Amino acid sequence: MNKLVSKSEIMKLFHDNMTLMCGGFANRGNPGKLIDMVVESGAQNLSIISNDAGDPDLTIGRLIRSRQAKKLIASHVGMNPELGQAVLEGRMELELSPQGTLAERIRCGGTGMGGVLIKTGLGTVIEEGKQKIEVNGQSYLLELPLTAEIALVKAHKADALGNLVYKGTQRNFNPLVAMAGKTVIVEAEEIVPIGALDMDEIHTPGVFVSLVWNGEEE
Amino acid sequence: MTDIKEKIARKVAGFFKPGDVVNLGIGIPTMVGNYIEDGVWLHTENGLVGYGPAPEPGAESEYLTGAGAQFLTAYPGAAAFDSATSFAIVRGGHLTATVLGALEVDEKGNLANWSRPGVIVGMGGAMDLVNGAKDVIIAMEHTARGGKHKILESCSLPLTGVGVVTKIVTELCVIQVTGEGLVLQELSEGVTLDEVLEKTGARLIVSETLR
Repeated sequence: MNKLVSKSEIMKLFHDNMTLMCGGFANRGNPGKLIDMVVESGAQNLSIISNDAGDPDLTIGRLIRSRQAKKLIASHVGMNPELGQAVLEGRMELELSPQGTLAERIRCGGTGMGGVLIKTGLGTVIEEGKQKIEVNGQSYLLELPLTAEIALVKAHKADALGNLVYKGTQRNFNPLVAMAGKTVIVEAEEIVPIGALDMDEIHTPGVFVSLVWNGEEE
Repeated sequence: MTDIKEKIARKVAGFFKPGDVVNLGIGIPTMVGNYIEDGVWLHTENGLVGYGPAPEPGAESEYLTGAGAQFLTAYPGAAAFDSATSFAIVRGGHLTATVLGALEVDEKGNLANWSRPGVIVGMGGAMDLVNGAKDVIIAMEHTARGGKHKILESCSLPLTGVGVVTKIVTELCVIQVTGEGLVLQELSEGVTLDEVLEKTGARLIVSETLR
């Protein structure tokens, strides 16, 4: 099954009111060209799930500057004052999730689990509105799964089956996001022939991946 | 000023021994990395254990960066991983310590370091770190601008964690957080007990072995 697609085939998939999940961390390892494509698509009222809000003119920040994003679920937005401004002005909704919790919520969404019990945030604003569950005398917060209609992933290498390898610290949220989208689109730095990746080096098995793009214009 | 920060960073670095795995926050905590012994492993929450100092100009790699997007180097034996694994290390008790800055710390070891009024930043990994690391060391200047107390009876800003801080290191002293309260363990050279008491907004228990 060949999952390699062109830019125009991906462009058709973006529409108003969708939830997008994005790999990357502080503008590193983000699927930057796919995000550019979302900007180009003009899709409005987007809910975005991402570790951070990027810089105002980079990655996720571009969807905030273009006012396409109406909601962001993230752990850190300090690099993007425009996001803070949009929230203070009531133009955008922000849900903060501690970083490790965010990672587990995405993993939960991708692995078909109903939630995860985490201590992080106990006694802080993070526990507001959440169910507390006691296990063996210890309190935990029940943190709920996150999924998205489309997940955008950046990989170092991909084959036509969607098998992925990440590189260095660009891995970050990408393997988690790659499990949690109904449609998972990969922007790959390099497309390699099927069989070129050793089965033991594959970080994300192709079964999770819907489409692979080489990052090139038509 | 830089001198004060360097002094604090050097002091904290001295707590760690080869084999320890430590996560450093931004500001003074980052400077701790300049003074640690060889063999102390540094963890960065975006997914790496075993990073070293900034690379020489021209040797930067976009595949080797820190939580603040800054360029890093890696020691032989360094390992990269995804964000879930990174926080498995944090939450699972595999970090010897985290070193963080603070806006406020109080007598019960509560910490406020992620949110101040009117600024929207987010907690990043700070809440996970304070709940997961075995030692939570606060490295900061003793007071805020204008001499405002940072070590308090009770934090007023939104908390990062409850009862999580184990040690506070400032340019003036070292304070251990215990079940009984804040124990003043060590005064810096040339600093008097009176000065520390005056600049601290919390009750201090003076250790019998105060140095």
